[in-house]
Amino acid sequence: MTTIIVLLVFAMFLGGIFTGGYTSRYVKRMEESSIWGWITTVDHKRIGILYLISGGFFFAVGGLEALLIRIQLMFPNAKFLVGDEYNQILSMHGTTMIFLVAMPLLFALMNAVVPLQIGARDVAFPFLNALGFWMYFAGALLLNISWLFGGAPDAGWTSYASLALPDYSPGPGVNYYVLGLQISGIGTLMSGINFLVTIINMRAPGMSYLRLPMFTWATFVTSALILFAFPPLTAGLFMMMFDRLFGSNFFSVTGGGNVIIWEHIFWIFGHPEVYILVLPAFGVFSDVLSNFSKKRIFGYHSMVFALVLIGFLGFMVWLHHMFTVGLGDVANSVFAIATMAISVPTGIKVFNWLFTMWGGRLRFTTAMLYASGFIVTFVMGGVTGIMLAVPPADFQFHDSYFVVAHFHYVILGGTVFGILAGVYYWWPKMFGSLLNEKLGKWNFWTFFLGMHLTFFPQHFLGLFGMPRRVFTWSPGYRLELGNYLSTIGAFLMLIGVIFMVINVLLTLTKGAPAESDPWDGRTLEWTISSPPPEYNFAQLPLVRGVDAWWLEKMEGNEKMTPSEPLGAIHMPNASHLPFVMAVGLFISGFGFVFQTSEVGAIGLIVVIATLFIRSFQEDHGHHIEPLELSEKGVNH
Amino acid sequence: MKFVKAKLLMVIGMLTWFFTGCSNPALSVVKPSGEVGKMQLNLIYLSTAIMTLVTVVVAVIYIYVVIRFRERPGDTHIPKQVEGSTVLEIVWTVIPIILLIILAVPTVSTTFQIEKRPAPSQHPVQINVTGYQYWWKFNYPQAGITTANEVHIPAGRPIEFVMQSHDVIHAFWVPSLGGKRDLEPGRMNRLILKADKPGTYEGKCTELCGASHALMNFRVIAHQTAEYDAWIRSMQKVNSQAKSVLAKEGQRLVGQNCIGCHAIRNGGYKVLGGKGPELTAFGQRTRIAGVLDNNPQNLRAWLQNPQNVKPGSRMPSFAHLEKKQIDALVEYLESLKGSSQ
Repeated sequence: MTTIIVLLVFAMFLGGIFTGGYTSRYVKRMEESSIWGWITTVDHKRIGILYLISGGFFFAVGGLEALLIRIQLMFPNAKFLVGDEYNQILSMHGTTMIFLVAMPLLFALMNAVVPLQIGARDVAFPFLNALGFWMYFAGALLLNISWLFGGAPDAGWTSYASLALPDYSPGPGVNYYVLGLQISGIGTLMSGINFLVTIINMRAPGMSYLRLPMFTWATFVTSALILFAFPPLTAGLFMMMFDRLFGSNFFSVTGGGNVIIWEHIFWIFGHPEVYILVLPAFGVFSDVLSNFSKKRIFGYHSMVFALVLIGFLGFMVWLHHMFTVGLGDVANSVFAIATMAISVPTGIKVFNWLFTMWGGRLRFTTAMLYASGFIVTFVMGGVTGIMLAVPPADFQFHDSYFVVAHFHYVILGGTVFGILAGVYYWWPKMFGSLLNEKLGKWNFWTFFLGMHLTFFPQHFLGLFGMPRRVFTWSPGYRLELGNYLSTIGAFLMLIGVIFMVINVLLTLTKGAPAESDPWDGRTLEWTISSPPPEYNFAQLPLVRGVDAWWLEKMEGNEKMTPSEPLGAIHMPNASHLPFVMAVGLFISGFGFVFQTSEVGAIGLIVVIATLFIRSFQEDHGHHIEPLELSEKGVNH
Repeated sequence: MKFVKAKLLMVIGMLTWFFTGCSNPALSVVKPSGEVGKMQLNLIYLSTAIMTLVTVVVAVIYIYVVIRFRERPGDTHIPKQVEGSTVLEIVWTVIPIILLIILAVPTVSTTFQIEKRPAPSQHPVQINVTGYQYWWKFNYPQAGITTANEVHIPAGRPIEFVMQSHDVIHAFWVPSLGGKRDLEPGRMNRLILKADKPGTYEGKCTELCGASHALMNFRVIAHQTAEYDAWIRSMQKVNSQAKSVLAKEGQRLVGQNCIGCHAIRNGGYKVLGGKGPELTAFGQRTRIAGVLDNNPQNLRAWLQNPQNVKPGSRMPSFAHLEKKQIDALVEYLESLKGSSQ
């Protein structure tokens, strides 16, 4: 606690020194600084950028962990990283990549794009949006400071009981997992609800459900999945927390608990989670493929239906992660069939993408390269998924490197390619400049080839008997070549990421400014300037069909028909409360990690106090008057 | 064009590597030596064939599209905005469903088949397996013997492994014989396997179980029936009394240092420890702690610094013993063999 006060005073002190000392205007100056602006922002575009920066940072952390894993596994009987240290790296790699990289980067794209695609001025709950981000960030930070204070979680990203219980994982590691994920998970749940309400309520006139761009549809279905999948995780994490901190016995066999219940709860959340990760990527690819093929998406209605069906079936298949638990032949067969059924809507989507490209005029920008690289990669990951759905075969594949290969094909080939495609595609809309295409192509080819070189051999490592999550392997079982190639591939991916970083740095420092519609786009985000003004649309557009902007362009119109006269625009006020609330949760989480309930309670008091303040605060937002709009150069 | 070529080259290279680089039959899903493993491999082949077909169809359409519809320099035409095609969409909904039915029927039938308990006429052998961090206990209830990290089975007879964990979740996997099954605390599980021919098969723990998860190995040694019966008898009539002077000293030291956790039958000990692996007939085992080859030098290294061999193991270090005492321990432990009658 003292540490935190010292840090706070130190931060104020630094702020004072660099802005001209403590004077009567200190507070006012602080409020006007750009850092304060970013901390208190409720603008969806800026929150998107915050998600992008933090997700990108943790991508570097998780990638570094992956490289350490591959260095240890490059040669047999290596001593670089053994035993529990390896387990910490492995657990944090998985947890970081799923919760702190993939999800926030997808939220970055959703925040940056969805309100623009539906013709809205912000999300439905801007305050909640900021709170969701800061809670994710507090949780992510809490998880990662475990490296410095007491050791990281070491029971895998699935954190199965009873390995994760205090008897077998006595340090604070799994406490960090439980509390970090709890805090960031609730943030995610808020953001999911926010996007659901936004898409239901904030669509521009004429933007009916069946005119929504595919990325918005994907966000919609994903948000519904978040709404139903995260509560089980929250409940499960609470039980695990009580087992670890307060000696309850939900999962402890000696106390009458059951270890299988955790597996059920985790996968009831965990399987929808993989669709939460991949559906937004599907949405990105649909938009990118359609845009750079210069064609509308093939079979729009069945694409939407397939999304919804995948989301629905995603809740019916969790048991396929638990075939080897021994739940019996009937349960295994039912869940096997349900799992195979998911491949039908997924297949529909793949063929619709192919036929969107069919007959088009394909322009291979970097975004398009990622989208087309995705199709082959994802099909390879998808078919191994169906192979894994066959229970007797899964008894061989399960928890071997075959599974590692499978889910990396799906998550890298689906989610990460999707994020990269989206970043290249929407970068001009987010930052007002275009990423370098030449560096982008280098980035794509090294990353793409590196990815295949890393994970393709791992299918065979699994078939040759290498279990997953092992810190070493023995020579003489033909595992040498596969492991060697896999590590080389990982470094090739590192080179790819370095190209990306250089590209971003170059673009930020001296990128050419982008026009409002650099890709000859089809959807509403390309009708406004890059980056868009704070209020997005001076006048909300009137939508007349799928691909609203393309429709207008084909009819020779130079802008969207406005659906309202120019008037005062209602905007939400910035607020520092989300940040304070997240700080409170961070303090509380940190206290509970070390079982010092006093500190935990202080943090919770901060949270409750901010909740109280917010509840009684009269915050009606502010209006931007037409006069100000014209001063900023908007044409009437 | 260029990247299609690169991709083709890569695929061809990988395939060659797959077909030439064969796996080790002691640890391999693709070279099974057991009935269950073969049934599973057949399903793997069937699903791979169907899925390869799907992948090839997608790849052909994909490569055609990518080459044929690339933007040529100077090309500015606006493609026809096709809404979709009901016929095509029905085709690629119905064909996958048919393919899945082809896969689902043998899947379900095999799922039920491999769970079926063997009939008494097949002379099944029951072996109780208990998982510990990070070793395996094998108990033969019919013969009344116990061993650790190495399980001997008769080839050609179905083996019923009845499995449970002592602490955290482990998983029992012998790739060459068949698929895996979890060992859970507080819950019994059953796995039926059969070895077709005598041989040594490697086993692994496949559920993350702690620091030395990677080293939680075991061996399945399959014998001809007569040989197996002889092994059972030799274990039942084992004599663990020391024969040389040095070994006698070792036997005494085991009584002082080891017997609290480890059991050695017929060695004159009043206590038989149950926390660690049973050491009866230890000298016959092929490996120490499932990791090192069993020889006096490795045993010495293990006794002096177990954490170096198996991080997180419950075995304490015996480096405080004098060199002579360690020699005596090694001499005695290595002399433990099954009876030769």
